[in-house]
Amino acid sequence: MDLRVEGIEKTFAGIASGERRTILGGVSFAAAAGSIVCLLGPSGCGKTTLLRIIAGLEAPDRGRVTVGERVVGGPLREIGYITQEPTLLPWRTVLHNVELGLEIAGIPREERRAAAMRHLELVELSGFDGYFPKQISGGMKQKVALARSLAVGPRVLLLDEPFAALDAQTRNSLQEVLLHVQACTGTTIVFVTHNVDEAVFLGDAVLCMTAHPARVGKSVAVDVPHPRDRTGPELNALRKELLAFLAEERQRARDATGSERRPA
Amino acid sequence: MSGGRGGNRLLQLLPVVAVAALWEGLGAAGVIPENRLPSPLRVLAGLVELLSRGLPPGSGLLGHCAASLRRVFGGVGAALAVAIPLGLLVGRSARLRSLVHPFIELTRPIPPLAWVPLAILWFGIGDLSAVFIIFLGAFFPILLNTVSGVLAIERGLLEAAVLLGASRRDLFLKVLAPGATPAIMTGVRIAVGVGWMTLVAAEFTGVRSGYGLGYLIMTARDIQRADLIVAGMLVIGLIGFAMDALIRTLERRLLRWR
Repeated sequence: MDLRVEGIEKTFAGIASGERRTILGGVSFAAAAGSIVCLLGPSGCGKTTLLRIIAGLEAPDRGRVTVGERVVGGPLREIGYITQEPTLLPWRTVLHNVELGLEIAGIPREERRAAAMRHLELVELSGFDGYFPKQISGGMKQKVALARSLAVGPRVLLLDEPFAALDAQTRNSLQEVLLHVQACTGTTIVFVTHNVDEAVFLGDAVLCMTAHPARVGKSVAVDVPHPRDRTGPELNALRKELLAFLAEERQRARDATGSERRPA
Repeated sequence: MSGGRGGNRLLQLLPVVAVAALWEGLGAAGVIPENRLPSPLRVLAGLVELLSRGLPPGSGLLGHCAASLRRVFGGVGAALAVAIPLGLLVGRSARLRSLVHPFIELTRPIPPLAWVPLAILWFGIGDLSAVFIIFLGAFFPILLNTVSGVLAIERGLLEAAVLLGASRRDLFLKVLAPGATPAIMTGVRIAVGVGWMTLVAAEFTGVRSGYGLGYLIMTARDIQRADLIVAGMLVIGLIGFAMDALIRTLERRLLRWR
């Protein structure tokens, strides 16, 4: 199902100063059904706020999000959301965590067990169903979170720097798991990251965010078929282009804050 | 493995046996006056007497235990039934928290025993009064622990459930209640301890039915039998110890995931 994000604006009042700060200054983009869109931007540029709005956890001041024909006004089962820190329920086993959404949906026991097992297999975690979250590694926890999200059949999956806390090896292998899952399910994916390598390896399109306020500054299509060569010339060229843009953006942000501070 | 642990437990008993032997020796040597603090063997004999003859005669020890346990379970059970749901609600809502806070903090410092006169006025002398007093003692530890248990649950866990379509009811049953269980168990352990302590005192004053360990001890005092007083105290200690062990076992099983 395709996702459209149109003119999202969000302003927060600073807790101490009371001064209002615009975090999102009219963010617009679209993700075609079954595509992977990577949002690339510096930490603190409002990517998480944007994803929370798309997920229906927060309301924008202006603009709207539509999934297929539906306007998002609150959490929807069509939209899955995976955070940087896996939010598994520690008192549930891996299997029961994956079953959570199905349980809430009222799926009978046998059926949901079978579905959960199928999704654990999809993320390559067969055999770990009886473990508690504290007994498995961070990468495995993210796989469980992925399986839990997928089990309810979302049409759009939002991922907020899901592999940022993992080591490089684990991150690479989880990226491959994600691509495999996406190929199997056809889920539309919006993937937030600050990692250029990750963005060009996963994305069909990479959108660069500007900061203060956040907008989509540059959009790059990645027309490289999977499986992609992480160090091949195509991805390297894209990487170069994106890094140049990000450096420019940093300079611009520095100049802007510098001129603000200069006494009149 | 289990043999080793059993051995350890026996080893733990050794100092207890040693102290009892010393006490017995001091009693036999006349250092400790028998009529003030009876020797361990006299206490054991008293225990046998309580079991066989009963005090008052015909009221056996098991009957006293059963009556006391019934009151404790009644009071603590009622406290669980009220304090856990209330604690989950109060933990969830900041508004409700600020609303009930003054009531809780005003009521909590009042010792349960200060309620005895009012309890007797309301419920008369009898089981219901004792249950009410125990309820009051057990209520606050469970309530406050449940609230802090809910507050300790990460917001991300609640959001994850909401994103999967959880209703309010789902949130309470699938996230808040299990998430607060470690804290609730701590509250239950404290509550059972407090309940047990409150019970005996409540029975000193508020029970007429002729059964109960507190009543038993007061009766023993009336007939100047220190050995039976200490025997009654010993039974209270043993039951309290057993209940705590039971709750710990339950806690270990419920909180396997930690």
